[in-house]
Amino acid sequence: MSQFGQIGFTEEQIDVLNGAETFCRDHAPIGTVRALITSDLGYDDKVWAQIGALGWLGIAIPETYGGLGLSLTEVVPVCEQMGRRMMASPFLSTSLAAQALIVGGTLAQKSKILPQIAQGKAASLALSERNQAWDLTRCDVQARRTQGGYVLTGTKTLVLDLEAAEWIIVSANLDQKACLFIVEKEQILETAMRREILIDETKRGWEWVLDGTEITEEACLDKSKMDAAFKHIHLTATLLFAAELTGGAQACIDYTVEYLNTRKQFDKLIGSFQALKHPVVDAFVEYQKARSLLYMAAFNFYKPEQGEVATRMAFVQADKTLSFAADRSIQFHGGFGFTYDCDAHLYRRRAIFNTSQYGDRHYHKTKLADLLL
Amino acid sequence: MKKTEISSEVQAFSTEAEAWFAENTPAYPDFMLPLTFMEVGTDQQFDFLRDWQRKVYEAGFLGAAWPKAYGGGGLSQAHQDAATAVMRKRKVPIMLNAIGLGWAGPLILDMGTEAHKQKYIKNILSAEDMWCQGFSEPEHGSDLGNAQLSAVKDGDEYVLNGSKIWTTHGHYAKYMILLARTNPSSANKYAGLSFFLAPMKIDGIETHKIRKLTGEHGFTQTFFTNARIPADGLMGAEGQGWKVAMQTLMYERNAKGGQAGGTFITENDPLEILELARMAKRGGEPVLKDPIIREKLVEFMIDAQAFRLNAARAQIPPLNQDCPQAIPLMSKLIHTEYTRRINEFALSLQGAKAGYYVGEPNAIDDGYWHRGYLNAFSATIGGGTSQIQRNIIGEHALGLPKTR
Repeated sequence: MSQFGQIGFTEEQIDVLNGAETFCRDHAPIGTVRALITSDLGYDDKVWAQIGALGWLGIAIPETYGGLGLSLTEVVPVCEQMGRRMMASPFLSTSLAAQALIVGGTLAQKSKILPQIAQGKAASLALSERNQAWDLTRCDVQARRTQGGYVLTGTKTLVLDLEAAEWIIVSANLDQKACLFIVEKEQILETAMRREILIDETKRGWEWVLDGTEITEEACLDKSKMDAAFKHIHLTATLLFAAELTGGAQACIDYTVEYLNTRKQFDKLIGSFQALKHPVVDAFVEYQKARSLLYMAAFNFYKPEQGEVATRMAFVQADKTLSFAADRSIQFHGGFGFTYDCDAHLYRRRAIFNTSQYGDRHYHKTKLADLLL
Repeated sequence: MKKTEISSEVQAFSTEAEAWFAENTPAYPDFMLPLTFMEVGTDQQFDFLRDWQRKVYEAGFLGAAWPKAYGGGGLSQAHQDAATAVMRKRKVPIMLNAIGLGWAGPLILDMGTEAHKQKYIKNILSAEDMWCQGFSEPEHGSDLGNAQLSAVKDGDEYVLNGSKIWTTHGHYAKYMILLARTNPSSANKYAGLSFFLAPMKIDGIETHKIRKLTGEHGFTQTFFTNARIPADGLMGAEGQGWKVAMQTLMYERNAKGGQAGGTFITENDPLEILELARMAKRGGEPVLKDPIIREKLVEFMIDAQAFRLNAARAQIPPLNQDCPQAIPLMSKLIHTEYTRRINEFALSLQGAKAGYYVGEPNAIDDGYWHRGYLNAFSATIGGGTSQIQRNIIGEHALGLPKTR
């Protein structure tokens, strides 16, 4: 089994982990998380500015482009801790967009945009469509050549953080092949955007009608790198969503344990009943496995085959863990668990959303079977 | 000594072990070997494994980290771990004297007297003296703290009356680590217990073989009738038996180091089951084409990967800060349940042939997986059942209230 990679860590990763743990705990108490759910923007722009100032958006951006020159290995703990506190921000979307540019962008695109992202500007991706079913290269949105550029037609869905983003990387078919294009904020018509109702209310997603959006020749990413770019986006999203899920699992278990340690029935703390205790322990055991797999994936992400196997394994385990932990958390809170005031549903909703965007555990297990069997 | 020097020495030791085991690992005998130390059922198996353990010890690959003065190798734990890794990798036969190597030995080295160490340690390593464990009783299994076997002090002896059960190697053992009640009227049931190193081959001790669910023998019920043991076998003070017993269980649950090394169980390699899946057919097609089977196999591979990584992460403090004891505490539960489940799954791959059993010439791998599945329960029940393990993890790692 050791050919699947060893766990490891980097000093920088541990520094980021410790910093993110404190920052997210301090800036995203549950009251704040709930207050932001009802806000239009969905996140605190002052906190977002601080995240920019901390340099976290530049962690995996090469030094040539104004970043720290580290890698996704060191981004994972940030997403893990944000997921743990359910801190809302365009961090994950922006990190993904930056990765799309790093792998698929032209020199000019990278030189222009990456330094600004590293400074704290937001970006996002518009990949999803109504009939896409997790294959990023199946696009109905079309790019047609015009004089000096392209015009886009079709509709994107589940575009996260569209309102916050300065740049959106859009996938569209060009000559029957999926390709990526950069659309700038100024090119988005406000009437073309509709905020969608998402199950995870801490996130902001949009339907976006692209019809008539004109972009220049220079907005197209490097066509020779598209296969690599799509694959990298898929695996990066899988890794970072797994990190959010794993962090969420830790918090969800803590939240459940706290209730089991305070609520009494039949004159006993309900945590003393094995019918509740044992499933929570099972969730905790699964969480420990999830965290081991996550950090293995973070450490081995860039190794050609090991990285893919590790990332998908981490996701499968993270999905399984939070889905189970949050489901049981609702149940074990009894009548209170059925209310909006109980936080258990926030975790369950998070798990449903995160496993819906780039593939759920069954999808990744199918991919793993093809890689391993 | 500098770190690099140590690791180059360990590397050399590992290379030496590689060469020795390549040369000396015995061919598989014409009878079936036990998969775990708990399954030694025949004298043939016993003699084969005892000879093997002695050979490994004499070559210096067992007890390498135990003190030289008592028969160990006087090297570092890293040396022994390297040798054990070679044994695990090569899947050499298991070490027979598991209770001695993994439980009694570390305990004696931790808290025994000089005389105890001189008397017991070397013969544990050479398998000259077999050890067994007397914890469970017919009426007190999971409720171990309620054990009732009585030990009454009489001069420089204790007189034992009662019965112990599920005594692995009870029939062969020369010594037992024993939990007995020295004070039947203590207010707290735990405070009435004491812990002994006790001889087995004395008047008043009888062992009766118990037949296991596999049909084999492997452990005994042990009866004590006015059996007199020397008082100097008391470990710790009278009344501290529970604490000492918990310490030995920590060795057993891998939560504390100090074991002599070697492997006590044959670990299932998920890739081994892949071979089975490649051969197995269903409806004329390889079962490997069945999407449900594929999903299950991937799940087993993820699990195997996860607990391999858990062990590695446990060595990285910054990635464990929330609950450092969690991974060691859950290791027994995870491993034993995994073994049970993967063996069970192996049966489902065999189609009609899953209906055969050990000894039937048409059985796949001579019933290896059948025996593995049934025997797997010895580990999900013994040493604290999986249900008790969940209580322990819940109470000690998560801080949940006690279940009583």
